[in-house]
Amino acid sequence: MDTALVILIDGLIYSSWLFIVAVGLTLIYGVMKILNLAHGSLYAIGAYTSASLVGWYFSTGYFPWAGFALFIGAAILAGMLTGFIIERGLLRFMYGRDEVVMILVTYGILLILEDVIKLLWGVDAYFAYQPYSMLGRIRLSGISFAGYDLSLILVAGLVGFALWYALNQTRQGKLLRAVIHDSEVSQAMGINVSRVFVVTFVIGSALGALAGGLTAPALSVAPGIGIEVIILAFAVVVIGGLGSVGGAAIGSLLVGICRALAVHTYPQLELFVIYGVMAMVLSIRPQGLFVTATARKI
Amino acid sequence: MMLITDTTSRNLWIAMCVFLLMTFIIPNWLGFLTTVALAKGLVVLGLAMLMRTGLVSFGQGLYYCLGGYVVGIAGTQLGITDVIILLAITIISAIMISLLLGLLLCRYREIFFAMLTMAFSMILYGILVKSEVLGSTDGFNIEPASLMGWHPAIESLGTWVYMFTVVLTFLILQCIHRYFKSPLGFTGKAIRENEIRVEYLGISPKKVILLKYVIAAVLASVGGALTAMVAGHVDPEMAFWTTSGEFVFIALLGGITHVAAPIVGAIIFEIIRTFAFDLAPYSWQMILGAALLLIIFFLPNGLWSLLPAQRNGGQL
Repeated sequence: MDTALVILIDGLIYSSWLFIVAVGLTLIYGVMKILNLAHGSLYAIGAYTSASLVGWYFSTGYFPWAGFALFIGAAILAGMLTGFIIERGLLRFMYGRDEVVMILVTYGILLILEDVIKLLWGVDAYFAYQPYSMLGRIRLSGISFAGYDLSLILVAGLVGFALWYALNQTRQGKLLRAVIHDSEVSQAMGINVSRVFVVTFVIGSALGALAGGLTAPALSVAPGIGIEVIILAFAVVVIGGLGSVGGAAIGSLLVGICRALAVHTYPQLELFVIYGVMAMVLSIRPQGLFVTATARKI
Repeated sequence: MMLITDTTSRNLWIAMCVFLLMTFIIPNWLGFLTTVALAKGLVVLGLAMLMRTGLVSFGQGLYYCLGGYVVGIAGTQLGITDVIILLAITIISAIMISLLLGLLLCRYREIFFAMLTMAFSMILYGILVKSEVLGSTDGFNIEPASLMGWHPAIESLGTWVYMFTVVLTFLILQCIHRYFKSPLGFTGKAIRENEIRVEYLGISPKKVILLKYVIAAVLASVGGALTAMVAGHVDPEMAFWTTSGEFVFIALLGGITHVAAPIVGAIIFEIIRTFAFDLAPYSWQMILGAALLLIIFFLPNGLWSLLPAQRNGGQL
């Protein structure tokens, strides 16, 4: 019973983290049809920004709780800025190309960003453990969990709700869905599609960076973290169906729980499980679990 | 004297002789670099075959790694070091696995093909990283290779592997060149242009794609085996998606229109990488990334399209 609870809560924590990482990726794909390989780099940028800020802020000894707002806000800002530069500086010249070509373009961006990060922050690891220890540990039926990890579940719920609300209950969301459905017709109907693209990319990038910023206190921030993360985000997004926010939620739950199961029963399978689930879902339903198939065009 | 009318085939024979003659001139490090470049070129050649059909595989690292590990395991666990036998085992295992995966993959196109190939190669990575018998993330060292009972001295091993790689690479290039000029080779292009029309012509695109996938897998595994032999070491990084990304990069760099373009691309790539890594260890990836973007922008057909032969009609 206890093991089952641990697996469930561990799985939920991991799922929440996965969801925050992956939702920006799926949003960008849904609207712009770009599978953004550089999403991992945005995650890394967020992580580095908040790690270096946490280190600085907590050494000054000001009111510690304000540090939370600072490092999360700064990560989001950094992501928005980078996203804006990428979209305006590069991607907008590439629209209308093959989806596969766009993957390669973002692969080029990823290579560049990896080194930009190294140039800005060096190659040494950053530690930002203070926020992690501040939230203490919470005991649930005899097992102790880090409060910080548990709060991730809350954050993921908030992010998911905010996205659902924005997409389904607001005017801007309706415009966005029109663009997702058919960008050419939307343009003809007077929607400023290129503005929608910029806003989407900036929001998606901010979500990636937010994920990085939130993760920074839980691990050491070192070169290469973005490269590892992007492939996980891919798995999640592909399982749920590219471009579907609800799909990303289900995908992350599936992967998170399966991974927790593997970690607590047979740890050798930890990585295998994630890609195994991805390959299995793809072989049965290539469009992912939540996207309907489209007819082939002659 | 045999008269070769096919200029590409003739040029390939000449190039092979030049590479073999170079054995006596070039320093060891350059020989090593060229061997690795040729081995990677073979992987990219397979990838180029798929790309001519309009399919980009982000998972050729799977077979690259498979080739390396088969050579390593056969050497350390079974004591087989003969190059011919090693390559035979590599090819057989690559064919078996690629047939199995290919039956599934030939139903997928575009981005889904890319994603699923990537997932398969990451599965292998996930297994290798967690298997301690095979050295986890560190990998393990390879036994020195031998040829038909003859064990070259360790100092000259690199030279022999170089010569072997050159001969093998150019023989494969001749075969693939024949293939590209065959009706089956042209079908790839037709599938890329319009798959449904190909079906109406009575050809099964799935079968063609399956065959291409298997050949590409064999080429990648041979490339991996050769790399393992010359480097003397394998690690799971060979199956990581960045390795596969590198192959896609090289294919774009060299171009896919000509059989030799991937090899040229691989050699240029290795040279750029070696020098960029030396001059700017923290910004060489940036140089590569910028180069990739420039190529996509200005040279969508790769460096090969710069050659004058391309302009007047070009030759396959």
